Amino acid sequence: MTLAVRDLAVRFGGVAALEAVTFDVRPGSITSVIGPNGAGKTTAFNAITGYLRPAGGRITYEGVPLTGLRPSAIARRGIVRTFQRTSVFPALSVEANVLTGLHLRGTARFLEVLAGRRRLAAEESGLVTDAAAILEFVGLAHRRREKASSLPYGEQRLVELAIALAARPRVLLLEEPRAGMTGAEKTIVSGLIRKIREQGVTVLLVEHDMRMVMGISDTVIALNGGRVIAEGAPAAIQAHPDVIRAYLGAPRDPA
Amino acid sequence: MTRAAGWLLAAAALTLPLWLSSAYHLHVAIMAGIFGVLALSLNLLLGFTGQLSLGHAAFFGIGAYTSALLTLKGEWSFWPALAAAVALAGAAGWLIGRLSLKLRGAYFVLVTISFAGVISLVSVNWIELTNGPLGLPGVPAPELFGWSLRSKTAYYYLVLAGIALSYLVCARLVKSRIGRAFVALRENEPLAESVGVDVTHYLVLAAVVSAAMAGLGGSLYAHYTRFVSPEVFLFTYTVTMVVMVVAGGKGTLAGPLVGAVLFTVLPEALRAAASWQWQMLAYGVLLVLLVFFLPRGIVPAVQALRGRDVS
Repeated sequence: MTLAVRDLAVRFGGVAALEAVTFDVRPGSITSVIGPNGAGKTTAFNAITGYLRPAGGRITYEGVPLTGLRPSAIARRGIVRTFQRTSVFPALSVEANVLTGLHLRGTARFLEVLAGRRRLAAEESGLVTDAAAILEFVGLAHRRREKASSLPYGEQRLVELAIALAARPRVLLLEEPRAGMTGAEKTIVSGLIRKIREQGVTVLLVEHDMRMVMGISDTVIALNGGRVIAEGAPAAIQAHPDVIRAYLGAPRDPA
Repeated sequence: MTRAAGWLLAAAALTLPLWLSSAYHLHVAIMAGIFGVLALSLNLLLGFTGQLSLGHAAFFGIGAYTSALLTLKGEWSFWPALAAAVALAGAAGWLIGRLSLKLRGAYFVLVTISFAGVISLVSVNWIELTNGPLGLPGVPAPELFGWSLRSKTAYYYLVLAGIALSYLVCARLVKSRIGRAFVALRENEPLAESVGVDVTHYLVLAAVVSAAMAGLGGSLYAHYTRFVSPEVFLFTYTVTMVVMVVAGGKGTLAGPLVGAVLFTVLPEALRAAASWQWQMLAYGVLLVLLVFFLPRGIVPAVQALRGRDVS
């Protein structure tokens, strides 16, 4: 039941963005990936979700290899992500955004749609109910009819979370879900992440906000320069000399 | 569009031959209808998936030639020839969809333009089959249960049925998860993939349906004008379709039809009112004004006025 990354390597031209990265994400855990800018956090996310083809290594979920699959096929296996920059369907209503996220829950096939099969109407209204429940969960029910791009930034990030939840993740990869949010919104998101985990979803988080990382995570993986430099419980990571060095720089040699 | 307005328009369309006394006016209505089918077809790709096909005349022409050749040389009757025209155009759409698998935006545009160019050259040079630039005269008029649909009134209703079918296909697709997948590709492709929308599958599907519908338009055109020549592949046809879709409102259901009626009737009306040079000038000015003041098209502007902005 784990998401396992083994010897993952990603190169951009001659530059090694990730090198020999190995870690497990325990089912039902909240695992955070930290590291200074350029450490390879986003690259790791892109490789796991199929947006990047790794130069080497294996990524498996429940023993089944994900490497080489297209992003949509990986989503179909229950591994769903959000993006670092706000990513919604801007011209659509908030509800339509979530309905689009529900794509895999729908079953309507092309010919059935053309024939206007009666069961499709029931399926559609079921999806609308599901979308309403998800919007209720993230606290955006009152914004249902509004255009996604007209929402304030923090709420757009919540729309993004709602879209990801609609895809029924078993592993949810969240990329800086609280970036750019107000204090109140940040608290809401942390609460939501805990609730999502309580529903049995494994959460893998990239986050810069150390207070949040240390407060919410079961396990923290620290990357630097494309390699895993430490892995363990939040308290151990916080005290880890390599992690401190990566963030603050090496202590100067005594003269 | 409210329900009442929709019914009113349908009633007007059904009774139109009673109001239009002259054969010329009915001719304009038929051409508007054929272009309506083409505009609906282009809108599926351009309006919903956001991919611009600048070779759409190719699918139209393939439909026209298939139908003409099968009825003339194969002595098929109209209906199976129509079905074959739709199928072959759809197959061409599949090919283009597969070819442009990894290509989006400008590359997709280039592939479609090149495809139309190649097909057009074939129609000019494969003289044994297509009769080259001389074209294929004498395409038979369709028959229905032994009745000839030769009269303009009868043909008008045939075209109207073609529009109704095309509109129904578009409406049902757009309101389903398939249509949502199309729009998701237009709005944000990486996000669409992240929730499991198979990009390739839906782009190819949109291309096939769109091309098949253009093939329907081509067949209707061939059996109406009774003559098919390489002119059906002219870039002008594609441009006309694009103008109709953009002016009417891309990504809306009614927009392409509004655009098709406007940009078929308008040039004809101008033709009566002014000399050729002035016509082109007026046409150009109108286009610029439309793009300037209604950049999203007529139908979205009307919807916004009525306060129903969000689809």
